[in-house]
This record gives sequence, structure tokens and C-alpha cells, in this order.
Amino acid sequence: MLKDSMLVQLGKGMFTTLRALFFEKKVTIQYPEQTRPVARRYRGRHVLNRYENGLEKCIGCSLCAAACPADAIFVESAENTDERRFSPGERYASTYEINMLRCIYCGFCEDACPTEAITLGEIYELSFTDRREAIFTKERLLLPVPTGGEPTPQVTEPGKFTRSVPAMQNPQD
Amino acid sequence: MAKLINLKINGTPVTVPEGTLVADAAKKAGIDIPVFCYHPKMEPVGMCRQCLVEIGRPMIDRATGQPILDDSGQPKLQFMPKLETACTNPVSEGMVVLTSTEKATTGQKEIIELLLTSHPLDCPICDKGGECPLQNLAMTYGADQSRFTFEEKHHAEKHVALGDLIFLDRERCIQCARCIRFQDSIAGEPVLAFYQRGRNTDIVTCSDPGFDSVFSGNTTDICPVGALTTADFRFGARPWELKQAASVCAQCPVGCNVTFNVRREAKSGGGYAIKRVMPRQNEQVNEIWMCDKGRFAGYPYTESTSRLTLAPAELDSALSRAAAKLAEAKSDAVILAGGRLANEDLYNLKQLAAALGAPAYLYTQMGGGETTTAYGLTAGSNLGDLGKGDTVIVAASDLYNEAPIWHLRLKAAAQRGATLIVANARATKLDEFSSFVVRYAYGDETETVKGLLGKEKVGEAIKNANHLVIFYGADGLGLGGTSALAAACAELLNGKTGQPNNGLIGVWSTPNQQGALELGFRPAADLASKLKGKTVYILAADPAGDDPRLAEALKTAKTVIAQDILATETTRLAEIVLPAAAYTEREGTYTSAERRVQRFYPAVPVKPGTRVDFALVAEIAKKCGVELEGRSALLVMNKLAAGESAFSGLNYASLAEAVEQWPIIGRGDLYYGGTSYENKLGLGVILAQGAQPFNVERSTMKAIRPQENELLAVPVTKLYDLGTTLAPASRLAAQVERFAGVVLNPVTAAKLGLENGGKATVSVNNVEVATQILLDESVSTGVVLIPRSFAIPLSEPAAVKISVAEKA
Repeated sequence: MLKDSMLVQLGKGMFTTLRALFFEKKVTIQYPEQTRPVARRYRGRHVLNRYENGLEKCIGCSLCAAACPADAIFVESAENTDERRFSPGERYASTYEINMLRCIYCGFCEDACPTEAITLGEIYELSFTDRREAIFTKERLLLPVPTGGEPTPQVTEPGKFTRSVPAMQNPQD
Repeated sequence: MAKLINLKINGTPVTVPEGTLVADAAKKAGIDIPVFCYHPKMEPVGMCRQCLVEIGRPMIDRATGQPILDDSGQPKLQFMPKLETACTNPVSEGMVVLTSTEKATTGQKEIIELLLTSHPLDCPICDKGGECPLQNLAMTYGADQSRFTFEEKHHAEKHVALGDLIFLDRERCIQCARCIRFQDSIAGEPVLAFYQRGRNTDIVTCSDPGFDSVFSGNTTDICPVGALTTADFRFGARPWELKQAASVCAQCPVGCNVTFNVRREAKSGGGYAIKRVMPRQNEQVNEIWMCDKGRFAGYPYTESTSRLTLAPAELDSALSRAAAKLAEAKSDAVILAGGRLANEDLYNLKQLAAALGAPAYLYTQMGGGETTTAYGLTAGSNLGDLGKGDTVIVAASDLYNEAPIWHLRLKAAAQRGATLIVANARATKLDEFSSFVVRYAYGDETETVKGLLGKEKVGEAIKNANHLVIFYGADGLGLGGTSALAAACAELLNGKTGQPNNGLIGVWSTPNQQGALELGFRPAADLASKLKGKTVYILAADPAGDDPRLAEALKTAKTVIAQDILATETTRLAEIVLPAAAYTEREGTYTSAERRVQRFYPAVPVKPGTRVDFALVAEIAKKCGVELEGRSALLVMNKLAAGESAFSGLNYASLAEAVEQWPIIGRGDLYYGGTSYENKLGLGVILAQGAQPFNVERSTMKAIRPQENELLAVPVTKLYDLGTTLAPASRLAAQVERFAGVVLNPVTAAKLGLENGGKATVSVNNVEVATQILLDESVSTGVVLIPRSFAIPLSEPAAVKISVAEKA
């Protein structure tokens, strides 16, 4: 009789709450002041990577656009010269756009990329007040120039970059 | 009809004519045998070894000549101990070909592995990537792993400019020699060759300037790898991103079938832009080829900054003003139409002219049109059928410069055994392939053609020809001269017309002059006098830019209404300018000089601020109170077919009919025939011959004989000139520069103190023009060749003075 009384039940419930309050690890974080680290293979917004010398990894091959199931990527390419070099090979992306409203974060672009130029990063804060803002241009996607590197386009010495596509190693995880 | 041979390929019975190669027989049966060096348009060489198959032939008893039978009564087969190449083995009776046995597939796989040992991994950036036979065949027949070490790849020079238009990547080349063989045997300009041996074998050009051929673009189509690529498409787009629009080349009267590849671009504000021009197969017209002029100059002008446009309200008011002027002038108006207009435009124009009661002239410097409509080619004609027993005459035309694809087709006809007679006052490239070369002095064209029958062997060849095709041009001739020449040519054809592959072809300078002629448009003998004081409506022509006398005449005209796509001297002079849409932006039909009506389709949207020619004409007519069809090209064509006897029975559906052609070209078969496009949208229809018997005018023209201190200037056509549609093609600037100048015999030049490449002033028709001097020994002394569309106004032969330019 006493066992089923409302007070006992209430006490039991409050005990669980109090136990969580004082003895268990807190899960709530103060976002956006605080952010949670993402998983190692998290697929957030894309970034366009650079080599250490600042040259862009992207060679403008459009394979990401071909692989994209949502038709979110648009690439136009042009030719590098030693006076105006963006990437180590013959070709670079003169236009690179991703429509983030279309992107489904499948990562196929990453798989298709022959130079590991495009990777899905850790950025997940994507909110827009204008549809146009959702189209990320090459300038917004490119990572900043690493220390010691130079911004693109670079002036390079003739005969240094003679390959059509820079030699690549097997992908490292 | 050749003897038919029965054989079995992979168990499928196949029947093909004797002499067919195993590779072709398999293709006809729908069985793919991978090939790289073999091309159905060229003789096999068996260089790449990719087409390895097992071939078994029935054993023959030497005593009886009968096949030896096995126990079950089947012929005993004898297989070679090793694999054989399908491209070099002709079929034989009872042959058994196995293409996908383990032995054959291993052989094919190993050849691909060998080809790939030194092939760079450029696919992501290679212009051929996506339409590359090596890529496709490596995926289908190749191994997934190579036994060769990546580090040992042979590195060679990349991005070598063979000429201004073609780039070579030596690393990608697999030494199939398709390009060399094309230049040697099809183009007849052997400017490519192998250099060095073994692994160091390179393609080199042995001409100066490099890759000196007007067919160079075709080598990129048949290159089975990305070794040869065109300059204009370099990194332009990936092939899978391109959309295709079927069209007809508008650079000359041949009417080559082409495909415009378009895509949307940020560079053009998100709109569609033409990225390249590719040939489209039509075995009756251009086979699978096209010339560099069409490929590199076919579209840049349509995107030129000098395109005319008007805001909608302004365009409407311009149309109203134009209509008011024409309605006021009525029969005092003059309509002048250029050969760039499509049949539909011309039909509407003809109706407008009839309603106004105004004369409508064709703007051209070449006459004889009334002769070609009555003596032209008829249905069933195909220059590709000409061969032994047939005769082709080329009179006063330099086909290599005026219509390169005809040059190529006639060269092939001559090699098949046709008698080719070239009559010209100077040496042309076709001479090399002709059976007879007839030389005359400029001014004697008509007499020479009339005298051909009198010449022993030439006369025999003409009289006894199974088929007789005559091409005549305006090399060194004006309007009157060409009319007389056409009449003389027609006389040779008497009694032969009406049958396929017999007829007269005018080598016009515009794509649809034949269409205008069929619709009854005729050139005016003395145009300048006909324009004075009139209300002139000029469409797709630039008389003011061509001839200062016509410019003067236009200045005295009451009103000039000019309708064109680009700003010209005439549009600058005109009171009312109507901006027209380019042919790449619209639908329509052209009639080639072979009288084949062919459809072209829109590739890109109509440029804002312009309208299609027939719609502009219809709008003016409406404002004048005449109802004409202006809504769509199809509706105009329906009226055209109903109203014009020459076009009767034609409609857009019949023009769009296509049948399967040989060789098989197409996306899945690009390893076989190259990247030329399959024709799915129409082979065209040849018009019925003009029914009315035509009385050949026996006019003769008087040859001009210059005075002592003068030279005889004759107009000639150069492939690359400064014409309105060619000038915006920046890729061809170097070629244009090379031809820019008047041509003299070195002896004549020496007398005048002129040097090759020197500057001089030409004074012709009271105009002085500074130009360059080019020397050519094949030109007669006392003659100066003045190229058309190079700012020197010369519409017909005239006496000129040339002096050395004063040094500044």
C-alpha cells in the first residue's frame, strides 16, 4: 500500500534526477561558444586544399562534378603558365563552385578527386540568409596559404613543372 | 557487285563482299574487335596489333580443291599457331574467327598492357578523356594491373605545338600513324612523319610553317589517344559535359554536316556557349571530315563583340520605320539579299518583294546561277560514287581554297579511277591528282572550256564519261565572266543531265547561294546604278565594305535599311539597322551547291536584342499589310514547299531522316571511326531539277589585255581571308596573315622592283590600297592575283598599277 503511494514514486524519480545532477558526466555544451569535436571521418563542408608551397591541388579535371549525384559542383578550367601558375600541372580550375543547398555530403567528389584537392572537412555551420550565399566559390572553398607558401597565381621558374598531372602517392588515411 | 563471302565470327554467320577485312566484317555483324591503328577510311597497316584474333580457315585438299571434311562432315579447320590481326586479313570462304576465346582476349589484354607502359596518367586533364578509345578499350579489354613498374615510364615532350592549331603530346602518342596516314592518303598533304625509332619514335611535322594543311583538325578526331588536340578546345570542357546540336557549316557552299558542342559557362554569364565544332557523318557530303576553316572559324563570329543588337522597343520602332519606308517606296524599293540567308528567310523575302512589286536581287560576284538550277545535280547524286569511267571537270576554281572538302572528295574520286580535268590559269593543289591539266590565259576561260571537246584525250574523256560532273568557279572572273563560263560548261553537259551524278556545280562563296537561285533570286548586272535614289533593303550582305563604288551608290540611295548579324560598312551607312540572329541560334535550311537541302538546328539561344531573319521580314511585311509566316521556320518551310516547285514535297521531317551509314560512327564506336558525330538528324534531300528547258546564252566575254605599264588584276579566293565571318576567328589570325597580299610572278615582281613579303601600293578601280607582295612562280607574268575580302575592291578582272610603297 505504502509502496505504491505517490510520494514514494516521486521520491524515486527525484533520486534519479539528483543522481544525474551530482554524480554523472554532463552532456550539455554551450554551443556556439563551445563546440564538440567531430568524428574523424565526418563529412562537413568541402575545402579545396593547397600544397605546402601554396599551389592549389585542384587541376580542374571536373571529375568531382561528374561524380556528384546532386549536380552541385561546377568547374571550368584554364591553362597554367609559368608566369601565372595556380597548380603544378598544365591545367587549373578557373571557376569552382559548389552549391551547398544541393550537396548531399556523400563524399563521392572526394573519392573521384585524383589529387586529393577536394576533401569534406569539419565545417558544419552552414546557414544562409540568401540562396546566392549557398554557392561557395573557389575563393571561399580554398584553404588559406600555409606558412612558407605563396598565394596563387605564382610566378614559377620554367622547366620546374613539366608534368600534366603532379605525381601522386597512394592515399594515406 | 562483288562476290559475297560467308564466314563465321564467334559462331555468328556473316556474309560480306569479297575483300572486306575481318575487322570490318565483325563490325558489320555488331561484334567489336578492338583496334587503334586501323581506321575504316584508310588502308590497314597492322601496326598496333590490338585486333589480335584467332582465325581458322578450312583445309583444302590440294588434289581436288575441295575442303577436307572431318568425321562429322564439317570442313576441317586450320588455325594459325599464333594470333592474327583482324584488320589486315581479308575474309575468305568458310573462315572462322574467334574474337573472345581465352587465347584472343589474353593477346588483346597484353597489347593494351604494352601500350600503357609508357602512356602517362594524364586522363584527368586530357582533352580526350571521356571520349578516348584508349581509355575505353583499356577499361573493356585491358588488365586491371600492370606488370610494368610505374617509375620506368618513358617521359617525352608534352604540349608541342605542331602548328598554330594542333598540339601534340609525345608521351600520349601510341604510334598508330593514323594522323600520318590521314595526311598522306586522304588529305594528300604529307606533312607529318615519324622520326627516330623504337621507344623514341616521335611524330614530327615536316612542313614550314608546321602542320601546313587545311585538314589538320581531322587528325585530332581520328587520334585514338589524346596525343593530338586542337588549340581552340584546349581545356575548354570535358567531353561528357557537352551538349550536341546538329548543324551545317556555313563557311562555303559544300554544306558539311557538323555538330556544335555547347555547354553553360560562368565565362558567358551562365549562358550557353559553343565550345567546339565537330564533323557529323554524311557520306554524301563530307563523309566524316571537315576543314579547319569550318572547325576554327565556324562559330567565333556569332559570339563577336560587333554583333548588332537593339532593345525590344527600339527594334519595334526600327521595324515600323523600315516598313513605312518600304510601303512608301513600293516598286521603288530594291531588295538585296546575301547568300548567307536560309531558304526560309529568302522565301519570306521573295513574298515581301512580290507584294511591294520591288525587284529582289542576289548579292554575289559570281553568276551562272540560272544555269546551275537547270543543269545541277539531281537526286541520288553522291560525289563519293564517282570512279572509273566517270569524268569530273574543275574549271576556273581553286577548290583547295574555295571548298576544301570538295578538293578532298575529288582527289578521292580521281584515286578511285575517275578522270579529273583541271582547267585553270594557274597551278592549284588539285593539279597533282588530276589526269589532265588545262592551262589558259586569264580571260580565255570560256573559250578554253568550249574547246575542251576538241582536245583529243580530254574530249574523249568527256564524251565517253558515264557520269560527268563539272565544277566551275570564279577564279579570276567576275559576274559576267562566270555567267559565260557556266553556259559553256552547261553545253558540255547537254544530254547528260537528269541522271544522278551528272551536273553543274557552282563553287559559290556563301552557304546558301544555290537556295537563293532556286528561289529565283538573280544577281543584278550593274548593281550600283540600280541602287541610286531607291529605298534599299539589304540583308546579310556588305556591298559598301566590298566596293567603294557601291558605297557611293548607297549614299545616294533614298533610304538604306540593313539587316545583318555583325556591324559592317553597310550597317554603318544605313539609316535603319535590323539586328538578326546568327544561324547557330536558330533553325533553318541551307541548299548546298550540290542542291542538297539540309537542316540546321539551334545550338545556343537567340542573342537578346536580335531576331531571326525570316521573322524580321515577316514583321516588316505585316506592318506593310502583308501576312507572312514568321512564327517558326517549320511553318515557313511548309509554305515554301507548297509554293515553290523546286522545293515541293520537302518538309522538316523528311529532311531529318537519317539512315545507317558506313563506316559506323557513334559514341560507342569511337575507337573505330573517331570522334566524328553520328548523323541522327538528317542527311538532306537533293532538289528536283529545274523543269523548264533552259536556253544557254551563248555570250562571250572580251578578255582584258592590259597596257604596257599595267598588270592584269584578277580576283581569286583564299581560304583564310578577312571576310566578315572569318575575321573574328582569332585562332586563324596567323593563317590569314600569311595569305594577306597580292600574288605575282617573281619575274613580274623583279621588273617592278618588288620583293617577296615587301610592301606595295596597289591602285585598282581608282582606289589605292597598301598591301603585301607574295611571289608564286605558277602565276603567269603580267598578272596579279588579288585575293577577295582583303580590302582591295576588285569584283572582276581589271588593269592595275602596282608600285613599291614608300617607306615611312
